[in-house]
Amino acid sequence: MAAIGSMTASANGWAMKRGFGPVAILFWILLALLPMLELVTDDPSFDYYMFMGQSMLIYAIAVLGLNLLIGFNGQISLGHSAFFALGAYTAAIMMTFAGWPFWATLPIAAAVCFGAGFLFGFPALKLEGHYLALATFTLAIAVPQLLKYKPIAPWTGGVGGVLLEKPEPPEWLGLSVDQYLYYLCLIVAMLMFWLVFNLLRSRSGLAMMAIRDHTMAAGTMGVDTSMYKTVTFGISAAITGVAGSLSAITIAYVAPDSFTLQLAISFLVGLVVGGLASLPGCLIGGAFIVLVQNSAQSISDWMKTSFALRYDVPAWAIYGVLLLLLMYVMPTGVMGGITVLRHKIAGRRSTRVNAPSPTVVRPGKTAGETTPAA
Amino acid sequence: MQINRRTALLGAAAIGVAGTRHARAAKNYGPGVTDTEIKIGQTMPYSGNASAYGVAGRTQAAFFRMINDQGGINGRKINFISLDDGYSPPKTVELTRQLVERDQVLLMFYSLGTQTNTAIHKYMNQKKVPQLFVATGASKWGNPKAYPWTMGWSPDYHTEGAIHARAILEAVPDAKIGILRQNDDMGNDYLDGIKEGLGADGWKRVVADATYEVTDPTVDSQILQLRNAGVNAFLNVSTPKFAAQAIKKAAEIGWKPKHHLMSVSASVGAVLRPAGFENAQGIVTAQYAKDVSDPAWANAPDYKEWKAFMDKWNPTINPFEGSSVTGYASAVTLVHVLTQCGDDLTRENVMKQAASMHQLAIPMLLPGIKLNTSPTDYYPIQSVQLARFETDHWVLFGELQSRDVA
Amino acid sequence: MDFFVQQIAAGLTSGAIYACVALGLVMIYVSTDHINFAQGEMAMFATYLAWAMIDAGLPYWIAFGLTVAVAFAGGLFIQRVVLKPLENAPVLALVVCFIALLSIFNALAGMIWSYTIKQFPSPFPARDVFGNGLVSVQQLGVVAVTLVMLGLLTVFFRYTTLGLAMRAAAQNATSARLMGVRVSWMLALGWGLAAAIGAIAGMLVAPIVFLDPNMMTGILVYGFAGALVGGIGNPLGAVAGGFIVGVLENLVGSYVIGNELKLTFALIVVVGVLLLKPAGIFGRVIVKRV
Repeated sequence: MAAIGSMTASANGWAMKRGFGPVAILFWILLALLPMLELVTDDPSFDYYMFMGQSMLIYAIAVLGLNLLIGFNGQISLGHSAFFALGAYTAAIMMTFAGWPFWATLPIAAAVCFGAGFLFGFPALKLEGHYLALATFTLAIAVPQLLKYKPIAPWTGGVGGVLLEKPEPPEWLGLSVDQYLYYLCLIVAMLMFWLVFNLLRSRSGLAMMAIRDHTMAAGTMGVDTSMYKTVTFGISAAITGVAGSLSAITIAYVAPDSFTLQLAISFLVGLVVGGLASLPGCLIGGAFIVLVQNSAQSISDWMKTSFALRYDVPAWAIYGVLLLLLMYVMPTGVMGGITVLRHKIAGRRSTRVNAPSPTVVRPGKTAGETTPAA
Repeated sequence: MQINRRTALLGAAAIGVAGTRHARAAKNYGPGVTDTEIKIGQTMPYSGNASAYGVAGRTQAAFFRMINDQGGINGRKINFISLDDGYSPPKTVELTRQLVERDQVLLMFYSLGTQTNTAIHKYMNQKKVPQLFVATGASKWGNPKAYPWTMGWSPDYHTEGAIHARAILEAVPDAKIGILRQNDDMGNDYLDGIKEGLGADGWKRVVADATYEVTDPTVDSQILQLRNAGVNAFLNVSTPKFAAQAIKKAAEIGWKPKHHLMSVSASVGAVLRPAGFENAQGIVTAQYAKDVSDPAWANAPDYKEWKAFMDKWNPTINPFEGSSVTGYASAVTLVHVLTQCGDDLTRENVMKQAASMHQLAIPMLLPGIKLNTSPTDYYPIQSVQLARFETDHWVLFGELQSRDVA
Repeated sequence: MDFFVQQIAAGLTSGAIYACVALGLVMIYVSTDHINFAQGEMAMFATYLAWAMIDAGLPYWIAFGLTVAVAFAGGLFIQRVVLKPLENAPVLALVVCFIALLSIFNALAGMIWSYTIKQFPSPFPARDVFGNGLVSVQQLGVVAVTLVMLGLLTVFFRYTTLGLAMRAAAQNATSARLMGVRVSWMLALGWGLAAAIGAIAGMLVAPIVFLDPNMMTGILVYGFAGALVGGIGNPLGAVAGGFIVGVLENLVGSYVIGNELKLTFALIVVVGVLLLKPAGIFGRVIVKRV
């Protein structure tokens, strides 16, 4: 989809330049300090907020995986819920039948999902745009049905799913379960973002983006486009799979109904809302997925009470309207919107400030196509 | 007579009176309770594939509005927070934690779905929060030893499946049995019950077991498979939309087996009317609640009370949609439990009262069906009665049946 | 053998439904170059409007005509008002808007008409054609209407100036504009026609699957698959694709793999076909010029 390339161009610059700059490091430190707020608040629902934090981080990782594929490599997927499910079930099965500790399941889930994603990458090579959308869509629909399939029910628990034990934090840490799990999610998230950030800065990352921007040109430049596309599919699936296994650990239950097409769509919405080809955008997308539905519900309740309506205004209609408005204001997502805003401000000042950008312009790249730099 | 008096007592007007008996006890409040309010939480699929069941939640909300308007329970208003989980277990976990930890509800009431309730089963019991009257027929909810904070309400699918199976063996001596079922927990639970009811010999008579997915557009293909297998006794374990399709399709292709329809889809308004009454003649179901389209109940006091409630407080819901009756009856049960608690509104006492219902009659349940619970019996309703569809309503026949009896 | 023929017949009926939905998808694709995920929900909503009119006492055909007209106007409105600000937005932003529309229509229908299924009248009697339960008049009717729509659309796109202009606008907006085609209005027209086709599809489907707000969600998946397997740019291909998917799914469910995985299996076959024929069975490979 060539159009994806044009969509990302604007979001690209800011995100990649600032990726792990001081702002980003400060932000991650802030996230790490959040559980410490417990010392200064006596809110009884603190653990609940920690749980929300876990969910946001998990969805952020899932969106990151999808972003790598769509935003940075230009392949579309409507089926990442399948890899999320695969990761979740891998963790659940390892913990239940092999008695593995929860943390050890994460690399296994990543490996399994990488394999699945890599293999799926081959047929994906032949398909483009809408056709790839359909193929991945198939994946999203097939997985819940496969999970219910009788012959494998002894492992997957069939329609009933698998119940898990929540991990207990070691006593010397002095953390509640939810704080502990929050840190687990945070550490994994930081690791994933750091890995992706470095990947994108590497030669391989450049090749991935070159394929997105112009596959044929990348090919003539000597990039093995097929290899890169399939491997990217694999890495993308692995990251989303890790998010899935984290979700299995924090929810302590996996079931086919948890991994419907709706989940895949919410990843896509989170991605577009956050901003394509933007790493901070993934975090925004993750938070959006968790918060928007509750906000829509609150708006619905507020409308009902303040206008004394006889009907409930359905929350999903409000959700739809919110999405539409968001796309009007920021068609390239929140991070894209910020970039546009920065350009406007910078444009006004451009007569004074005309310092060279810190972007490393490498041979073979025009100034418009930004290359990530630290 | 006994029934009517108990029924009247449970009528909203009498609730305040009943409560005064307990007013002497010292006040003792759990989370979510004040002198003026009791907070109750619920998750319900108002969106997604199971959204038809949302009627129950809306009816309950309306019922509690009525109770509040009449003075509440022992002077306390019910603050009922019912949230949409879209039938997705992770969402249920999130919303339940929000209700329990942030909103501090006293208890969760009639949350709907098997997977969704399974997802919070452990959590509720670790937190010691009542997970009362869950709206699913899985048989695992009545396990007070392992899960003392979880209680079901309706008869479980397993029991009902077994009763249907036995009825079919009796009615069709040379039965060739075919099953149509949704590929989910409900379908599985019914299947287990059917297996138990048929016994090893009876099970050999099952010639076809066709499943469908909730995302399938139609079950036409499955119906053809069943007919082709020579089925003459049809156990229809499907949800309302698919049940209606099955009834209509069977009539269209002129297939007339002995047709047993599970109670989840036995609503006259939501299933049989759309499917066409002429296609539904002679279908058998099992009931525990009154069929509101049956003229036999038109003069029953509980029917009149229910109808008055629906007209005044719940006018946006079509009264003939099945879950408005079960939603109503379960809400009455909860009001009974809370009234019994008096001023001792702790979570412990709620469970204690819920587990000490004795021969309790609830409006809109069939005559003779009484709710019984004890600290070792967490299945409030265990009896059903078979009914046959004639002209435009269900006609009861035979005796009340329960798993124990059978 | 009887059973085989019956399953084929049942498959063709479902196939006709998928084909109808696929036609709507093709309509929007041909005229705007997008796949509209809200197509199914728009059709569902229009069908509810028809139901409300019939419920209020209007005769079937008048309600039918009014609904098609209202749907056409609604489609125009959506393109001119709701999507207009996004004419230059990236593809994925539009996809998100389609998802938003899907949500809104579904939730509104649920609010207004509740989630309980409703019976929708059919213009065709449910009577058997041969008296052996093989094919009903209803089934034949659905297939016939689908084929008629296909014929009209083919003529429209091949031989009328307007149809050609619409295709031109979608394929190369700039050139079309230079030729004097009012591109923006062509897009709107495409939406209007797609909504109208959707409404007809909805009214054909509803008597068979029963009307409820989630009526089209399952069907859209099949319609999507049908449209793509036949070739998304081609009405004939879309209809053929819809029939292929319908028959394939029934045969697979009855003979090969059982009902649990029939959709999965059918979709895998579709993807397999696409691997061999990446532009669909009837699609033409568009050579990209660099």
